[in-house]
Amino acid sequence: MSTHSVKVLYFAALRDALNTAEETLETTAKTVEELMHELAQRGDNWSAHLLENRRLRVSVNQELSRKSTHLQSGDEVAFFPPVTGG
Amino acid sequence: MLPQRIKVQAADFDISEEVRQLRAPYADVGAVAMFLGTVRDLNLGESVSNLYLEHYPGMTEKALEKVRQAAMQRWNLIDSLIIHRVGELKPQDQIVLTLALSRHRQDAIDACNFMMDYLKSHAPFWKKETTPDGERWVDARTSDEEALKRWGLEPQDLQD
Repeated sequence: MSTHSVKVLYFAALRDALNTAEETLETTAKTVEELMHELAQRGDNWSAHLLENRRLRVSVNQELSRKSTHLQSGDEVAFFPPVTGG
Repeated sequence: MLPQRIKVQAADFDISEEVRQLRAPYADVGAVAMFLGTVRDLNLGESVSNLYLEHYPGMTEKALEKVRQAAMQRWNLIDSLIIHRVGELKPQDQIVLTLALSRHRQDAIDACNFMMDYLKSHAPFWKKETTPDGERWVDARTSDEEALKRWGLEPQDLQD
């Protein structure tokens, strides 16, 4: 299976919980959902915050996205809690 | 060079100067509406609660421009502006300014309300309350999501 490279960013409370701000990784994930499952393999903390988190938001290439959004090589994905600006 | 309509910055802003600059080119503006958001001390008492505004550089500007364009499409506006500060802020500091110019007041007033409701749930900022006793991320409010429905917008849950 071919892999592609994606950059993943984590913000705010989610970054603190996962202790990761940014990473570039090789993945076979074709969608956001597949990527979430792949990252959840790292352990209970990742699994809880990505898969059991009803408040999780995601963007792909700086546009708010869905679990079904497709991923391509070079994409920038970001995971974060609900926004609280304004 | 075109003046900026979206500003994301650590520095403070001067409302009257922003209004002056925005409306200077237009002789047909009859209404200027604005909303100013300021820092509230969340920890009223002995120790002051400061605020730290985190954001997603790049996406923040894009998201705010999307908000502003949505307002320009929906209402009859002559021009508009959004400024949002980031970084370390303290009680009574200015955080966010939305400005809308129109011929008649209803468009400008409604557009300002809309821009605030939309940015509160779609622009990638996160507030952290910092006190001498520790730090705490501020939770999103359900009333902000309710406000979206007023304009026919959906909250940005992670949909399938």
